[in-house]
Amino acid sequence: MRVVLAEDLALLREGLVSLLESHGFEIAAAVDNGPSLLKALLDHRPDVAVVDVRLPPSFTDEGLQAALEARRQVPGLPVLVLSQYVEQLYARELLADGSGGIGYLLKDRVFDAEQFIDGVRRVAAGGTAMDPEVISRLVARGTRDQPLGRLTPRELEVLELMAQGRSNAAIAQQLVVTERAVTKHTANIFSKLDLAVSDDDNRRVLAVLAYLNRS
Amino acid sequence: MSSDTTSSELAKENWAAERLRAPWRGFRLSLLAFPAIALATLLITSYSLVTSVVGILMVPPVVMLARSLMNVYRDLIGKWTGVQIERPYLPEPPEEEDPGFVGQWNRFVRLSSDPATWRDMAWLVADPIVVFFTAALPFYLVAYGLWGLILAGGMGDVIANAGGQEWYGFIPIQQGYGNDGAKVTATVLLGTVFMVAGFLSGPRLLKVYGRWGQSLLGPTEKSKLALRVQHLTETRSEAVDASAAELRRIERDLHDGAQARLVAMGMTLGAIEHLLDKDPAKARLLLAETRQSSAKALHELRDLVRGIHPPVLADRGIGDAVKALALDHPLQVEVESTLPGRPQPPVESAAYFAVSEILTNAAKHSGASRVWIDLRYESGFMRITVTDDGHGGATLEGGTGLRGIERRIGTFDGVLALNSPVGGPTIVTLELPCELSSPKTLPS
Repeated sequence: MRVVLAEDLALLREGLVSLLESHGFEIAAAVDNGPSLLKALLDHRPDVAVVDVRLPPSFTDEGLQAALEARRQVPGLPVLVLSQYVEQLYARELLADGSGGIGYLLKDRVFDAEQFIDGVRRVAAGGTAMDPEVISRLVARGTRDQPLGRLTPRELEVLELMAQGRSNAAIAQQLVVTERAVTKHTANIFSKLDLAVSDDDNRRVLAVLAYLNRS
Repeated sequence: MSSDTTSSELAKENWAAERLRAPWRGFRLSLLAFPAIALATLLITSYSLVTSVVGILMVPPVVMLARSLMNVYRDLIGKWTGVQIERPYLPEPPEEEDPGFVGQWNRFVRLSSDPATWRDMAWLVADPIVVFFTAALPFYLVAYGLWGLILAGGMGDVIANAGGQEWYGFIPIQQGYGNDGAKVTATVLLGTVFMVAGFLSGPRLLKVYGRWGQSLLGPTEKSKLALRVQHLTETRSEAVDASAAELRRIERDLHDGAQARLVAMGMTLGAIEHLLDKDPAKARLLLAETRQSSAKALHELRDLVRGIHPPVLADRGIGDAVKALALDHPLQVEVESTLPGRPQPPVESAAYFAVSEILTNAAKHSGASRVWIDLRYESGFMRITVTDDGHGGATLEGGTGLRGIERRIGTFDGVLALNSPVGGPTIVTLELPCELSSPKTLPS
């Protein structure tokens, strides 16, 4: 799997390169600024891009802008955005085109190598990897509304994990329940929220995210 | 400074109401001549007693009394003529003056050397005459017209029969007036003309009076500058205090938070090094702990940085930063931003934290469920309007934090206007003078 990496701190960039390489990824390009990121994304068309939000030369959200621009030109180009902060505004912009292949994680998540690599793989496969912090804030905001308020605490837990992009198997493992129980919970959630049930994991996640993201 | 925010009764009146009320208003202004003449006499007396020391003690309280009368003039002129007059007095010294004779003498010298005192004095002497020919004139025209109607209505006959000799304008009122139809008709016509003239000229003459008031009661260039210096001094020291307090808070947060965690992590890492060979299982446990500790330190640093300068504000500017704020807010907040560029960073930051605090207030006190925020730029001002559908009744006082916001944006000459009738809605408007830079474009 070919990866384009953008990170301006050399130490962190080297760390990410060795982490990804040790998990069998091939680094197509590792860049340190916005303009060369856009060029690398369009030239290499990688299987997945791992991008820091804040990049030189302006040290604003240049990485995010380059990723969004690349996705405008190459729809569905899988991008995993890393940041020191998660902002709902940015999550919303990333998810806006509704085509999946989006990740948005705090940089600390890299500490847990297994989880992080799992996220990168999910994004590369067209799924999503949303930081638990984004999701829990979305859900907290939503629970004042009627439909979300009707979910049981367990169902809310499942909803949060699902919105992060986890599969049923992963949710079952995390919550220490059977996969069948998770399937039951998700069915309940979808009927309570009036969402169309879908067997496709990615479509299911996008539906949940769209539901949470509506203003 | 927006002078039209102070309530002028005129704004709410229609053409007819304004003209009907003007003569009566002018008359009431002319009634102020009585206290004015009394105060003028008192002030002149006080000054004439200066050589006998008594005057030095008398002048300051009399001047202060005159100032409160002048403020009544200013308020009424603002309310009734639409001419807003700012207070011109040089600022009082910040510290209490010596209560002894030296203090009294200083106070006397300070008040006497304020040009506004002498302009007040000129007003006290001249206005009782000027007001008669300007603001009060319409009232006397109306009254004289009314007198004409009363004469024509029978009073003329009563006077003439009692042997009285009168003129109404050019019409003689003498024996047989009541039977002379032409004279009575002329009286009615003339009286009506006077009344109509009185009503029609009212607003214009009030305006003239307002300008006269502004010329003497308004601030001179010198006092304007002095007042400006005072304002700047106050806001500067507030800004310095606030930033010093902020630095102390940051220092404390770093000291108790991230710094302490890093120390603990260093110690645990030392212990791990020690345990690595002897007890690898324990070492592994401690490693996991250390990793958690580093995540917590990061989390704390993140919150701290967000409080100093939110990332979206740095990345995108105030419009998107307020949008991000709205997304995280418990209430339903709609944001509309039409700013064509970005203000200077300090102004942007002050405005952001002001909006953030207003939102917090709305969530805590207003009982609102929805909030609308509008950001726009008009003729050198960034104007931010925050409207909520709560129960209103908010005041600047009473620990709502609005006073604090007002002070903080005051550093940038910003003003805050609050409109919160009981029953809602509450509208908070911020106006900050600033220049916009063109938005950053993405280099491609």
